Amino acid sequence: MPLTIGVPREVFAGEKRVATVPDVVEKLIKLGFKVAVESGAGDAANFSDDVYRAAGAEIIEGAARLWATSDIVFKVRGPSSEEVGLLRDGGTLISFIWPAQNPELLQKLAAKNATVLAIDSLPRTLSRAQKMDALTSQAGVAGYRAVIEAANAFGRFFNGQITAAGKVPPAKVFIAGAGVAGLSAIGTAANLGAIVRANDTRAEVADQVVSLGGEFVKVDYEEEGSGGGGYAKVMSEGFQQAQRDMYAKQAKEVDIIITTALIPGKPAPKLITAEMVRSMKPGSVIVDMAAEQGGNCELTEPGQAVVKHGVTIIGYTDLVSRLARQSSTLYSTNLFRLTEELCKTKDGIIDVNMDDDAIRGLTVTKDGNVTWPPPAPKLPAAPPVAAKPAATVSAKKGHGHGGSSEPMSGQKMAIMFGVAAVLFWLIGAYAPVKFLGHFTVFVLACFVGYMVVWNVKPALHTPLMSVTNAISSIIAIGALVQIAPSGDLSPVWIRSLAIGGIVLATINMFGGFAVTQRMLAMFRK
Amino acid sequence: MSGSLATVSYIGATILFILCLGGLSNQETARRGNLYGMIGMTIAVLATVFGPQVTTAGLPWIIGSMVVGSAIGLYLARVVQMTQMPELVAFMHSMVGLAAMLVGYATYIDPAASAGLAGAEKAIHEMEMYVGILIGAVTFSGSVIAFGKLSAKISGKPLLLPGRHWLNLIGLVLIIYFGREFLHATTIAEGMTPMIVMTIVSLLFGIHMVMAIGGADMPVVVSMLNSYSGWAAAATGFMLSNDLLIVTGALVGSSGAILSYIMCNAMNRNFISVIAGGFGSDGGTPAPKGDGTAQPVGEVSPILAAETAELLREAKNVIIVPGYGMAVAQAQHTVYEITKYLREKGVNVRFGIHPVAGRMPGHMNVLLAEAKVPYDVVFEMDELNEDFPDTDVAMIIGANDIVNPAAQDDPTSPIAGMPVLEVWKAKTSIVMKRSMASGYAGVDNPLFYKDNNRMLFGDAKKMLDEVLIALKA
Repeated sequence: MPLTIGVPREVFAGEKRVATVPDVVEKLIKLGFKVAVESGAGDAANFSDDVYRAAGAEIIEGAARLWATSDIVFKVRGPSSEEVGLLRDGGTLISFIWPAQNPELLQKLAAKNATVLAIDSLPRTLSRAQKMDALTSQAGVAGYRAVIEAANAFGRFFNGQITAAGKVPPAKVFIAGAGVAGLSAIGTAANLGAIVRANDTRAEVADQVVSLGGEFVKVDYEEEGSGGGGYAKVMSEGFQQAQRDMYAKQAKEVDIIITTALIPGKPAPKLITAEMVRSMKPGSVIVDMAAEQGGNCELTEPGQAVVKHGVTIIGYTDLVSRLARQSSTLYSTNLFRLTEELCKTKDGIIDVNMDDDAIRGLTVTKDGNVTWPPPAPKLPAAPPVAAKPAATVSAKKGHGHGGSSEPMSGQKMAIMFGVAAVLFWLIGAYAPVKFLGHFTVFVLACFVGYMVVWNVKPALHTPLMSVTNAISSIIAIGALVQIAPSGDLSPVWIRSLAIGGIVLATINMFGGFAVTQRMLAMFRK
Repeated sequence: MSGSLATVSYIGATILFILCLGGLSNQETARRGNLYGMIGMTIAVLATVFGPQVTTAGLPWIIGSMVVGSAIGLYLARVVQMTQMPELVAFMHSMVGLAAMLVGYATYIDPAASAGLAGAEKAIHEMEMYVGILIGAVTFSGSVIAFGKLSAKISGKPLLLPGRHWLNLIGLVLIIYFGREFLHATTIAEGMTPMIVMTIVSLLFGIHMVMAIGGADMPVVVSMLNSYSGWAAAATGFMLSNDLLIVTGALVGSSGAILSYIMCNAMNRNFISVIAGGFGSDGGTPAPKGDGTAQPVGEVSPILAAETAELLREAKNVIIVPGYGMAVAQAQHTVYEITKYLREKGVNVRFGIHPVAGRMPGHMNVLLAEAKVPYDVVFEMDELNEDFPDTDVAMIIGANDIVNPAAQDDPTSPIAGMPVLEVWKAKTSIVMKRSMASGYAGVDNPLFYKDNNRMLFGDAKKMLDEVLIALKA
């Protein structure tokens, strides 16, 4: 009996996203599920009921009926208390939950015997989990939108131009925090032509900043700020002081500041003081992406765009919803990838496999038991293990054909010379003089061939083979001299063998040269 | 023409042959090199025909047989498709081998050839004939089998007879024994029996040697046979006391040996075991797959042609890695169309060629050249292997083992230590394959399960055509 996936309309004020888009509905149906969508669920993200219907979903009027028919509910925001009430006993819910901030919600869900997968609790360090990482996909959208909002409020071009009407300097953008949202903002702002600077307490992201066209601004203080799970940690007092100095300096120079600094489970750090805002040029813009957690700027008013000291401070908390169609598409693809993991049999039945690291991390309640927080993943053991096999491989390789890459060892060399000396002595002792003449020629020719052929480019190996092949038809000479060595024709037996030899060698001779010529004519610059 | 004049002509021909091989060191001088070869060959043949060893009575026969041979040769060279080059080369090796055998027999039954020789000189002369025919026979039968395998007339699977090393050893003992008999024979008729037995044993030896080698190890086999055909010519030179033959044979022989050595290195195999024909026995056979722990886990992400086109269009750096699959599907022209389109759009498209990609050394280069891909965007593995981290898309067309990360990561893998193209370091890699089947080594490829890898299933030509249409749309 295939399960029904229900997609209710989001009830949170200002939330325009929808958990599943029509394209994904089709894919879910291919996995064997039935999909029910609440009427109007996709309206705010510009997906009409008709499109859902065309994709194969059943449209259900009213939240209560939808929740009642759904075995699994896909949502974006965590459920409101009414929605928890609507959730079927023993049902499954997949959405953002933020279990650390909402312990009482967890208790309520557990009381309904629900199985809840919190998409925000995904172990992000598992590379396999990246395709399900909704935090990343949504943060990317938010970072993009933040730059667009800044451009909207900013009175100048982003890119520098030299026009007939005069020279326009490029805008300078400073981005605090180079996480997913920050990196997305860096890329977007750089693509618009601005000069982009960025800072992060984690030094290892400097390369990523540069790769997107930004410039990494260092804090003049030594401390490592990686906190685990891809977040930063709270830094020491000395570091914070140095960081404040750096921010104060940047605030005076740049036109736009976008802040993205978040520390999980804590209020957002106050990076931009009122003093710094005052020092900014009039007409500058600050976009505070951490507004929902209190803001990185002291003057931020969450959900509002305000002008203070001539600086527009944007504290929108719905940046992602402002690109609802894009963010919904990405989010629903994340959910689809998760569903694939849950339903490996493709028969419309899910299996919440608690032995799977990724799924274990996501599951915050299972059949009424709170399973959050998950046990720590056993990751730190991995790097040393990975390093070891690599070393053995290279060691083996060195042993396998050491003669090719390194000079031969003295012992080996001595043995080779010894063997060669014995061979030459034997030949010298027994072979007649006439043979030795030919032998000399032979040995020297081998060396000449060796020297010449090493210079041949690998790209020309096929022509080399066909030309050497053509040359080896020199054997025709052997046959030629047998046809009529001394005035008369040789006996018929010898003659026919020789003629056979000539025919074969000539096929080779003409064929080989002709095909080489044909091939070489094709090589062009 | 006097004997001295003929000898001087031979020296000239020798020099021209060396210049010919030297000319192949790069594309600009290669055509001139080939021309040197032709001139050298013409001089050598003319000097022989008008030299002291051939009299006018033989001329009609010589001209007649050369006209027949050249007609066949030129016809073959004209009709052969570039994807069939390995077959043609193998076929031609068999010609040389057979010619060497015929010349050897003719020399043996010609009483004039050994007249006036006695003692050590006679023994050496007979030994030269014996060895010459031996190498010729092995080259001939080995090349015929290689030709059959390459043109898929014979199954490409290695045929491993039980106790095959013992069979080879018995063959060797027989050859040595009959060699002794042959040297002891006093008349030509008496020596004929051991000679014929040896020829049959050598032919069987050649067949057995190549039958035991798998389809994709053919680059080594083809270059090895190339080498053997050279040694056959050199041996003939010894038996006829002709320095030109010796020199040319040695040049060809060492050239082929170097090529086989390069191929072996590219597969991390032992040169000696290949030359001896004992190939695929040590570590070359697929490891048993029972334990399951070494098997890559995960899932593959398929991709459609349209999405591939999308990725390519948005990329800045693209590296295309062709393999035998491209040759089979005859997809090189479409590859070029895609390359041309992308390069016009400013995408930096390059080709990465693994030394053993295809069925003979340099096979991929020739195919790409045929499709008019400029050779300055075609690079060897070592030239661009470090550029993969900066590459947006690595497109793998019909290749498998040469891009297998297990060669670096998994010391237990049968291909461990083989140098491979590090395509998995690119931002995205796209593997074009007909199915999930493993390569000739029978090793599963962890590349397919990597997160940044996409699989484009289907016939390479058909899929690339679709990609091209999607690109232009």
